[in-house]
Amino acid sequence: MDDGCARAEDALLRVENLRTYFHTRAGIVRAVDDVSFSIARGETLGIVGESGSGKSVACYSLLRLLPQPPGRIESGRALLGDEDLLHCSERELRQVRGNRIAMIFQDPMTSLNPYLKIGDQLIEPLLIHARGSRREVHMRGVAALREVGIHNPEGRMRSYPHEFSGGMRQRVMIAMALITKPELLIADEPTTALDVTVQAEILELIRKMQHELGTAVIFITHDVGIVSAFCDRVLVMYAGRILEAAATFQLFSEPKHPYTQALQRAIPALHEKGEELYTIPGAPPDVAKPIIGCPFAPRCEFALEKCRTSAITLQEVAPGHQSACLRVQLREIDLAPAAHASERFAEKVKMD
Amino acid sequence: MISAAETLPAKLEEARALNAERGTSLWRDAWHRLAKNKMAVAAAVLLILLTIASFAGPLVLSQSYETQDLRLGAVPPSAGHWLGTDTLGRDLFTRILYGGRVSLAVGLCATAVALTIGVFYGTISGFVGGNVDVVLMRIVDIIFALPFTVFVILLMVFFGRKFVLLFVAIGAVQWLTMARIVRGQVMSLRRMEFIEAAEALGLSKLRIIFRHMIPNALGPIIVYATLTVPGVMLLEAFLSFLGLGVQPPMSSWGVLIKEGADSMEEFPWLLIYPGLALAITLFSLNFLGDGLRDALDPRAAKD
Repeated sequence: MDDGCARAEDALLRVENLRTYFHTRAGIVRAVDDVSFSIARGETLGIVGESGSGKSVACYSLLRLLPQPPGRIESGRALLGDEDLLHCSERELRQVRGNRIAMIFQDPMTSLNPYLKIGDQLIEPLLIHARGSRREVHMRGVAALREVGIHNPEGRMRSYPHEFSGGMRQRVMIAMALITKPELLIADEPTTALDVTVQAEILELIRKMQHELGTAVIFITHDVGIVSAFCDRVLVMYAGRILEAAATFQLFSEPKHPYTQALQRAIPALHEKGEELYTIPGAPPDVAKPIIGCPFAPRCEFALEKCRTSAITLQEVAPGHQSACLRVQLREIDLAPAAHASERFAEKVKMD
Repeated sequence: MISAAETLPAKLEEARALNAERGTSLWRDAWHRLAKNKMAVAAAVLLILLTIASFAGPLVLSQSYETQDLRLGAVPPSAGHWLGTDTLGRDLFTRILYGGRVSLAVGLCATAVALTIGVFYGTISGFVGGNVDVVLMRIVDIIFALPFTVFVILLMVFFGRKFVLLFVAIGAVQWLTMARIVRGQVMSLRRMEFIEAAEALGLSKLRIIFRHMIPNALGPIIVYATLTVPGVMLLEAFLSFLGLGVQPPMSSWGVLIKEGADSMEEFPWLLIYPGLALAITLFSLNFLGDGLRDALDPRAAKD
């Protein structure tokens, strides 16, 4: 299967047929259901989806960070080079975590240990991945804080998390994640808990660090606007599956899945006054019940009987552009981008 | 000249880095904060003095704790007997010091044992979770359900009256609550984002437990530990009453207080002084516990 990477050997991480289920009393929740994707070195991959679409679970599965039980990785492989992260030993996995693949989390207020000084936490990844003497490591910590734009880094090493604001803590988290120069950074909604001005700063910072270190980034978000401005390629997830995957520009200029199109129409535009904002009718399906056919079919204006009955697969419908929509695959429908979505994207490109 | 100007800031930076390294440990920091807390330091000093007095004091005192002077009987404090004598004419001050040996040893040792077992057991139960947690906690429930008195009597029947059994009996019950408290703490911490973040950084489970979880759980643990000490001291008095604890003429604070309470109307000093010794100890422990908790929590620091 082609997965959007120009050449297979360019892929940094290849995820194949990942299934993560939660075994709860209410039944089996298929949080991630047969997801395959890959990410190239240095690439920024956005994963968009509503809450509960499985985007975070998919990424947590890669590092096996889910509480097990109830979570269980049912099948799949996640190949980082030759190493399968889903089946390697705990010890091997620890060598990858924080070293080759780092993570930043949604809420910077709770992702730092309140009892440890910033400096001690910052250099912890270096200490456990055994790089250099304590003094070298300390100097690198100071340098890392300076890098992410924290004033008086030497003094700040001795501060505690509660003495930092949310934005500064997220900067520390970024410094901590990138201090080992990882090949891949997974950012799980890193700006959701921050206010808008800080959001922009943090995004800019991630981008700057990415350019300096050549780190690939998986950016998990529900904000389509951020994706359009920030990512090279986008996966659209819904009910635990990927519905569409394409380069950002392609996805916004010629969406190949009704869900993506609907998402675009639901972005508020600044200059359209008086018009009621489009909302997608209905609600996402309950993933605790097995879904036959396309999970979006009940809410889709193009859905036919066959959409509800035949299993969906992600297929290439244009060069480097994959869609899971049966009707698009059969060339029965042609979707137009939502009017302002492509405009908005063009504006963003201009701004950059 | 130029090179000197260049190296000087670098050297300064290096020196500062070295300095920072030394002061980075959580415990060292907590120690500095504790040292600044006057009440906690005073409490610690008082506790140490009491301990030294109890263990070394009787060696230098002229009176024996068991020498009776029946002609004297109970007399109020005087120059000869600083805190008076009991109904058998024994010097109360000496008896309080001797009693302190038993009470302090039982109180501190049993608490330390309960703390160790409880933290260990509770951490495993809370961290591993699942079926392990269910089994471990049901064991705790079962031991909890045993009536303490029956348990003590059984111990006496099987092993006879031995002083060591005092520690066994107290230890067997005191760690239970501690284990539950620690388990609850660990379980709630387990789902905190910074623990997830630590895991995502590749920290081993042991490192996560010792570096990230236990310091965060210490507040409630310390508070409960300081509450355990008086509990244990009173339990010892109860066990002594049942015949498992210390036997006359040896004594402990719990026993002295009980005897004092029996004759408090005629000879109030027999209740007041042992009671005072216990109260001072407990106050000191509470202040020290509070100080420790504050010292460990960087958010409570005033500066």
